[in-house]
Amino acid sequence: MSANTRILYTVLLAFLAVVPFQDFVYIVFVMKLLCFALFASAFNLLLGYTGLLSFGHAAFFGGAAYVTAHASKAWGLSPELAILLGMLYACVTGYLFGSLAIRRQGIYFAMITLALSQLIFFLALQMKFTGGEDGIQGVPRGHLFRLIDLSSDTAMYYFVLVLFLVGFLLIQRTIHSPFGQVLKSIRENEPRAISLGYDVKRFKLLAFVISATLAGMAGSMKSLVFQLATLTDVHWHMSGEVVLMTILGGIGTLLGPIVGAGLVIGLQNYLAGIGSFSTIVLGAIFVVCVLAFRRGIVGECLAYFERYQEAKDRRRGL
Amino acid sequence: MLEAFGITPQALVAQLLVGLINGSFYAILSLGLAIIFGLLNVINFTHGAQYMLGAFFAWIGLTQVGNWLGMPDFSINYWVALVAAPLLVGAIGIVIERLMLKRLYHLDHLYGLLLTFGLALVIEGMFRHWYGISGESYSVPEALQGGFRLESFGLFLPKYRMWVIVASLAVCIATWYMIERTKLGNYLRAGTENPKLLQALGINVPLMITLTYGFGVALAAFAGVLAAPVFQVNPVMGSNLIIVVFAVVVIGGMGSIAGSIVTGLALGLLEGLTKVFYPEASSMVIFVVMAIVLLVRPAGLFGKEK
Repeated sequence: MSANTRILYTVLLAFLAVVPFQDFVYIVFVMKLLCFALFASAFNLLLGYTGLLSFGHAAFFGGAAYVTAHASKAWGLSPELAILLGMLYACVTGYLFGSLAIRRQGIYFAMITLALSQLIFFLALQMKFTGGEDGIQGVPRGHLFRLIDLSSDTAMYYFVLVLFLVGFLLIQRTIHSPFGQVLKSIRENEPRAISLGYDVKRFKLLAFVISATLAGMAGSMKSLVFQLATLTDVHWHMSGEVVLMTILGGIGTLLGPIVGAGLVIGLQNYLAGIGSFSTIVLGAIFVVCVLAFRRGIVGECLAYFERYQEAKDRRRGL
Repeated sequence: MLEAFGITPQALVAQLLVGLINGSFYAILSLGLAIIFGLLNVINFTHGAQYMLGAFFAWIGLTQVGNWLGMPDFSINYWVALVAAPLLVGAIGIVIERLMLKRLYHLDHLYGLLLTFGLALVIEGMFRHWYGISGESYSVPEALQGGFRLESFGLFLPKYRMWVIVASLAVCIATWYMIERTKLGNYLRAGTENPKLLQALGINVPLMITLTYGFGVALAAFAGVLAAPVFQVNPVMGSNLIIVVFAVVVIGGMGSIAGSIVTGLALGLLEGLTKVFYPEASSMVIFVVMAIVLLVRPAGLFGKEK
């Protein structure tokens, strides 16, 4: 990590740490942002670093939200256990869906994950415990380790922040590990990775399971923050939204998904009053992004700095 | 035997008929997707939105256009819409292909999927913004109102539904014939195999690609007009359908034109049957079939392993 990135991370962390002590930004909004930032980062591990486009991540995000909400409300589990249970669900579902989907590649992979996630959507619509169209409402946040009351937004905020950091560091670690290098090599050139003797399918599956589990963690967090798990969370629009966030922010960059999540959630918040205007605006931005700025916001910034640096070095050399 | 399950033959036939109608929509839509994919290597996520556009243009033509023009008596009837709406949507498709899709061919195929996904969001969002999601009803054209009563079976077959099945089958077969048996289809299949070689032989491949996209999209709009009197015309009618069609495409494999027609119809019937025997699973059965097919034959029933 270079000195510059270290400073950037420290400043970001300092900002996040003082959120409960100010009045400019609504604290629940920041919690929502953190949940979706983790969701998008988990998704980016798959799209940005392994080159697999899943169009079904809502199944893990929303499904885990339901599991956590039910565990907390009906079984009275403490929040950390409820979240673990949600992650376990996402892990198992991720394994099942992943092992089916990696049988095909590219576009088919996207269509298969999309179709499989619809199964979870219809299950959520029809099963008894999910409450159909109403979802599960009034989920208690409970006491962390049976000690700390999370019903205050400040306590909940720090809990969410810690979980987010754990998830983010795990992703960062994965990307920079030898395992992450293999993932990148699969993204760049799958046949060559195979010819070098890597069991590509196992690597892809493991990446899928990690990504699904962390997406589930984000969903579980979300259901505790809003005390709510609904059909919106498992609908395929949610899968589309996370694709949007990741691509807008910049695929294959660590901060990209976070910036993208901020942009999408912020725009939705800002345009919420005007009907479905946010969908139109986001869709249009997305189209422009795919056509002209495929590196996303963070990716384009990094590329710009790189060119700037190169130009400076060249001038120095002359 | 059926009575043992508490099912009357009438209910069975009625559901099979509904299944056959859904199946014909699956067939037309997956056929369009397959044609577009064959030549462009793009999975057209906008397909559902274009199907919805077809239905909406028909509805606008029938009920709105007169007021817009200041002539309340003027309206575009069903039969004109059946031709005009696909042409209009096809023309919009051609513009989309020329302005946007064309720029992405040299990239990973996933970008085509992403672009069309964004476009679907924009189109659907606009119609939701203008018309809400409650849905509008489109009345069945006069010539096709009523139905046939088969007294001996105690059945009632609505004329319009029969027409939907006949019309969509006719379009599917005509398309199949055009692709598999005509000179134009020869070029199309050659372009799917090896576009560079075809261009070297003096065929204008970029033009062919544009027209193919327009044609595939027009098929979706045609299905939309057919669907308008059967279902409610609403902005999300396409997005719910298109995911099922994706599953149909995965099951059938996009290798063969006839394959996608047969798979579409068969899965529609299967869905209808499930509605009779175990209604709770009817919305899921196609996805379950997809999972099984992936386990047994990953390339799809009619697909070729590449």
